[in-house]
Amino acid sequence: MEHSFIDRYSNLDSFIHRLDPRAKLITTLAFILAVVVTPPTKWPAFAGYFALISILLLLSKLPPLYVFKRALVIIPFVLLIGIFNIFKPGEVVASLNIWHWQVSITHEGLLVLWNVFIKASLSILSLILLSSTTEFTHLLKGLEQLKMPKVMVMTLSFAYRYIFVIVDEAMRMWRARESRNFGGKRVWRIKTIGHMVGSLFLRSYERGERIYAAMVSRGYEGQIRVLSSLSFSQRDAYFSTIMLLLLISIGLVIIFW
Amino acid sequence: MREVIKIDRLFFRYPDGRQALQDISLVVSYGESVGIIGPNGAGKSTLLLHMNGILQSNGLVRVFGMPIEGKNLKSIRSKVGLVFQDPNDQLFSPTVFDDVAFGPINLGLTEEEVRQRVAQALNWVGMAGYEQRSSHHLSLGEKKRIAIATVLSMNPEILVLDEPTSDLDPRSRWSLTELLKGLPMTKVIAAHDLEIVKALCQRTLLLDEGRIIANGPTEGILSNIPLLEAHGLAPPRGV
Repeated sequence: MEHSFIDRYSNLDSFIHRLDPRAKLITTLAFILAVVVTPPTKWPAFAGYFALISILLLLSKLPPLYVFKRALVIIPFVLLIGIFNIFKPGEVVASLNIWHWQVSITHEGLLVLWNVFIKASLSILSLILLSSTTEFTHLLKGLEQLKMPKVMVMTLSFAYRYIFVIVDEAMRMWRARESRNFGGKRVWRIKTIGHMVGSLFLRSYERGERIYAAMVSRGYEGQIRVLSSLSFSQRDAYFSTIMLLLLISIGLVIIFW
Repeated sequence: MREVIKIDRLFFRYPDGRQALQDISLVVSYGESVGIIGPNGAGKSTLLLHMNGILQSNGLVRVFGMPIEGKNLKSIRSKVGLVFQDPNDQLFSPTVFDDVAFGPINLGLTEEEVRQRVAQALNWVGMAGYEQRSSHHLSLGEKKRIAIATVLSMNPEILVLDEPTSDLDPRSRWSLTELLKGLPMTKVIAAHDLEIVKALCQRTLLLDEGRIIANGPTEGILSNIPLLEAHGLAPPRGV
């Protein structure tokens, strides 16, 4: 069974890869926060943010096509929110006649669309950068050391591990179904799929129990352990400080311009 | 001889009501290789799961003199290496290296030591060079070997194996048998492949319906054809 891991490119070597996950987590959070609180009318700020994230992406040596394709995941959400909001009342930009109704696309509406689009794009780019340049276990370790509640970190680690268990079981069931020439009435088909979903849950649950027994037999006690211990070096401190200063300066520009 | 595993009057019932083990008492001594044979559903796997505390019940189970209870579990699990019947349950990491390293990392070893243990364990099972392979893409024989390696990397003092040769072709069975022969630690092997029991174990227990039917030298039990057949087993070739 082919598995595409969330941190597929985490074993490349670049400046960003070598940073401590804690530095990356803090700066990603700060970046997203800055992006979200910036009013949508301050174009220069967004240019600044975009330049910043582009430089970091270049430094990370991640394949651009890969980053772009993963970023597309936000398109449905942006369109969904945007489609309804472009008709918000306000200064009319263009008018359309759909059947009996006259709908107007407004300046305010377009602003909402822009707002959602640019902020979602910048945020997703920073998250792709974070998740693709950091091995998942290191990311979790970083979260643990930043005092995230242990229960939450453990839940994330099991979710990651067991997604593959569930995908495997689903594939096996799909094969079994195909081999038995699945077809026929719609109602029957839907019923079968319903049973499969229930079965999938049970099988995954029990397989999960067995995997847990195997983990526990090899000394697992709920801790997240990684092979090489994380070390927050000077370089990480410099990087975090520079990033925070850059974000603050963009903020100051907004306020005083 | 030192007692490494001592089980005294163990009873175990599954949550669904099935009485899986009844009045089990046995002793495994240091350096011994003990076989546990019986038909499907006899309770072999259930018994093995008690040896490192995955299942706990009444009755006295002691490993190296320590009773199976909370504070001893960590120590017991570092000494008892349990290899499950289905290797897919034991291979849950992205790469072979991650799986074999899982145990040593949990033991708190340094990076250097972990790498060394992984290399050594893979060498032992004849799978050096497989570190970066994805565990999911290996053949069953390879998976079985890697599963053993994941346990060997913890340097256990007792190796407990549940059906190590089931589903393997004859060549894989022979090479696995040779591999196990070369490992010095105390072994407990549950199997209905009587060939491997004959090859590796000096002493054998026959289990059926959760009870110990017979306990004695392997030679004697495996040549007692009426006894074997009465409990759903067939004698190995050459007997």
